[in-house]
Amino acid sequence: MSTENFGEAPRSTADNAGGDLVVTGVSMRYGGVPALNDVSLTITPGTVHALVGENGAGKSTLGKIISGVISPDEGSMSLGGQSVSFKSPRDALAHGIVTIVQELAIVPGLTVAENVYLGVEASTAGFVRRRESRRRFRELARTAGFDLSPNRRAGSLSIADQQKVEIMRALSRNASIVVMDEPTAALSGKETAALHEIIRSLVRDGKSVVLISHFLSEVLSLADVITTLRDGNLIRTVDANDANEESLIEGMLGRSLLTAFPEKAIADDEKPVVLQVEHLSAPGVDDCSFVLHESEILGIAGLVGAGRSELARAIFRDSKASAGTVRLMGTELAGHSPSRSIRRGLVFIPESRKEMGLLVGRSVKENVSLSRLDLVSRLGWIAGIRERRKVTELVKAVTVKAANIRMPVSMLSGGNQQKLLFARSVMCSPNVLIADEPTRGVDVGSKRAIYDLLTEMAKSGMGVVVISSELEEVLGLAHRVLVMRHGRIITELSGERMNEQAVLAAAFAEPTNEGTVS
Amino acid sequence: MNVQVETPETLDVDDDRSFGLRSSAMRLLGSWRLAGIAIPFLILFIVLSIWSGPFLSTTNLINILDQQSAYLAAAAAGTLVLVAGGLDLSVGTIYILTAVVSGDLAEHHSPLIAIGVALLVGLGVGLVNGMIVAFLKINPLIATLAMSFVIGGVALRVSSGNLIVLSQNSGFYKFANVQFWSIPSAVWIVFVFVVVLGLLLAKTTFGRYVVASGGNAEAARLAGVRVNLIRIITFALSGLAAGLGGVIDTSRLLSAQASSATASQLTFTVLAGIVVGGTSIAGGEGSVPRTTIGVLFIALIGNGFNLLNINSLYQQIVLGLILLLAVSIDVWARKRRR
Repeated sequence: MSTENFGEAPRSTADNAGGDLVVTGVSMRYGGVPALNDVSLTITPGTVHALVGENGAGKSTLGKIISGVISPDEGSMSLGGQSVSFKSPRDALAHGIVTIVQELAIVPGLTVAENVYLGVEASTAGFVRRRESRRRFRELARTAGFDLSPNRRAGSLSIADQQKVEIMRALSRNASIVVMDEPTAALSGKETAALHEIIRSLVRDGKSVVLISHFLSEVLSLADVITTLRDGNLIRTVDANDANEESLIEGMLGRSLLTAFPEKAIADDEKPVVLQVEHLSAPGVDDCSFVLHESEILGIAGLVGAGRSELARAIFRDSKASAGTVRLMGTELAGHSPSRSIRRGLVFIPESRKEMGLLVGRSVKENVSLSRLDLVSRLGWIAGIRERRKVTELVKAVTVKAANIRMPVSMLSGGNQQKLLFARSVMCSPNVLIADEPTRGVDVGSKRAIYDLLTEMAKSGMGVVVISSELEEVLGLAHRVLVMRHGRIITELSGERMNEQAVLAAAFAEPTNEGTVS
Repeated sequence: MNVQVETPETLDVDDDRSFGLRSSAMRLLGSWRLAGIAIPFLILFIVLSIWSGPFLSTTNLINILDQQSAYLAAAAAGTLVLVAGGLDLSVGTIYILTAVVSGDLAEHHSPLIAIGVALLVGLGVGLVNGMIVAFLKINPLIATLAMSFVIGGVALRVSSGNLIVLSQNSGFYKFANVQFWSIPSAVWIVFVFVVVLGLLLAKTTFGRYVVASGGNAEAARLAGVRVNLIRIITFALSGLAAGLGGVIDTSRLLSAQASSATASQLTFTVLAGIVVGGTSIAGGEGSVPRTTIGVLFIALIGNGFNLLNINSLYQQIVLGLILLLAVSIDVWARKRRR
C-alpha cells in the first residue's frame, strides 16, 4: 500500500474539468409520472446557474441527474465536449461534480477533518494518518477562507458550519461544478450571507455553481444565469440581468401572482379572547405573556434561536412549563399532554414536517385522520368509507395534489406534505392553531395556498399564531406581531409600527452572538 | 374552504379505482409482502405432503397447531410490540413464569384461580415492562433483557427449581384439551386471541396509533397520539399473550418447569416468526396474519425435519439463513419506500 493515498481519491482530471457541462434533451419519469421532459441547458465555468421552479417542477431531479444520483431515462450529457454518463455520485465526482444536498451528509460523531476526507483518508497500510489529514485540512481551510477547527465533532457544529464542512469536502475533491440544493433553507441571515460569499468565491475561482433555491431574492443576487422549470418542462433560460422577481414567478406559475398575500380581515380587539398566555416560563422561554383574539392572526418574529418554537411547544403543553398559565377559551390548559391540548381545541403544526409532523412511509389517509380518528370510527372501529370520504374532502379543501389518498406521503412534494398537516389541523376544528414555519421548504404556489388557508382559518373564527423566519410573511399575514429575543417577548407591534425596520430593530436591539442555529 | 390557487391536474382522490402507477406499486408491495411468506409456506407444505406420508394426516396437522398455540399467541402480541417500535425479549420467561405459577396453583386450588392468576401475572409483568420502557426511557431491548433475568429468577423461586407434575383428572387439564370438532380447545382459544389482535391492529383506532407510534413517535405525539400509553398497552398484551401460552402449555402437558432453555427458545422462535412474516424490525409496519404464517412456517420446517429424519442441527442452520433472508428483504423494501 502506498504511503500517500490522497491521489486515489476520485478527483477531476485536468482534461475534462473546466469545460462546459451540456445537458441535452434529458427526460425522467418516476413510475410513469414525468418529472423532467426534454430539458437542455449549458452550464458554463465561472457562473452561478440557478434553477428555479415550484416544488415538483423538476429542479431537484435535474440537480440529481447532473450529480449522478439518478440516471435519466432519455437524453445525454457532455462535459468539455466529451460525452459523459454518470452511474453514481462517485462517478460524477470523478468528473469534478459535487452535490451539497438539503439533508446534509455529514457523520456527526466524526471530527470536521475526518468528515472532509471521509472515504479518501490519508492512510498508511490502512491506518489513518491523522496528522497528515489535519495538515491538509488547514491548507484547504486557508484556501477556502473558512475558520473551522479540524478537531471539533461535526455534530456539535451549527448547520451553517456543517455546510462549510460539505463545501470543503467538495473543494478537497477538486470539484469544478458544485450543485447546491436549497443550501440556505436552514440558515439564519448571517450564515446565509456567509454562504453567499462562499458561492461568489467559488465562481471567482472559475468553478460553476448550480444553485437550486426557493428564495428568489437570493437567486437574483447570486445567479448569472437563471433557468425556470415548470412541471418538468424548461420554460426559459435567461441572463440574470434580464430577470426580476415578477418575471420569475410568472415563469414558475405560468401566470403572475398579483398579490403575494391575501387580504387581511379587519382586526377587532373587541372579539373574545381565545388564548391567554400569562407569565409562561419553560425551557428556552422566559416569562412570556400575550393574548390572542378570535379571528386574529398573531405573528411571532425573531432570530433563529430566540425561543419562538420553544414558546409554541410550551403553549401546546409539549414541553413542561416551569411557571405561568395558558388559558384556552377561558379555562386553564394544565398538565403536559399534546393529546389533551388537541382535544381542548389547540393544534400545532411543527416546524419540521418530516421529523415532527408526518408518518412519511404511511398513506395520505392515515396521516390526515390521525389526530381525529374518533370522528371516523365507532367504539374504536374505523369506518373505512367514512374515513375515506372525510379525508378526500379535507385533502381537496387544502388543495393537495395527490393521485389518491392511499399514496404514501413520501411521494408528495414538500408543499403538498405541508398542506396535509393543515388538512389534519382542519379536521380537528380547533379554536387556536399555532403554525411554526408553515412555509419552510415550500414552493411559491403552495406558499400562496398556505397563506390563503391561514387567512381562511382565521376568518372562520380561529385564533392563529404564525411563527416564521421570513419577515415579509409575518408582516403580510399577521394583524399583530410579537418579537422575541432570548426567550422573551421584547415588543408587540401593530398598525403603523408594524414594519420591517421596527421588527429588525427589536430582534437585533442587543448586540449579542445571536443568529446561530439552535 | 375557498382557496384561489387552482389545481390543474389530478384531484381524483375520491375512490381507489384511480391511482397512479407508483401507488399501485406500493400496494403491490403490501400484497407482495404477504405473498413473500405465504408462497414459501405453501411450497413447503406441498413438498412435505409429497415427501412424507404422515405429514398430511389430520393428527399431525392438528398436533402442529396444538404445539404451536403458545408461540402463535405470543407472536401475535409480539407483532404489536414491534410495530409500536418496541421489542419484547422477556416473553419466554413470562411464559415459563406463568406456566409454573398456574401449575403450582392448580395443584391446590380451583382451575379458575390457577388460570386467572397466571393470566394476571402475565399481564402485570407486561405492564411493568411497558412502564419501564415508557417512563424510564430505557431501550426496550435492554429493558426486557434485564427483566427476563428477573422474571426467570422469580419463576425458579416459585417452582423451587422442581418439575411440577399435575394429575390428568384435574379440571385444569380440560382448559387446553377439550375437543371441539376434534380440535383441542388450546387451538380454539389461541385462534380467537390471534384474530382479535389481528383485527385490533388492522381495523381499529388503537391499531392506527400503534402504527403511528412505531412509524414516527415524535410526529405521533404531536398529532395527539399518547405514544407512551400505546406502547405500554402493547407490552401488557405481550405479557398477557405469554401468560396465556404458559397456562395453555401447562394444561396441555400437565407439567411445568422453570427452564431457561425453554424460555429463550420461545422468545427467539417467536421473534423469528414475526420477522419471517415480514414485520419491520424498525417499527411502523406489520401484520398479525403474516406473523401467524411465519410462525407456522418455522414449525413446518421443524416438523418436516423430524418426519424426514434429518438431523435437527440442520434445522437451526436453515432457520438462521431464512431469518437473514427475511431481514434483508425488509431492509430492501424499506429502502424502496424512500
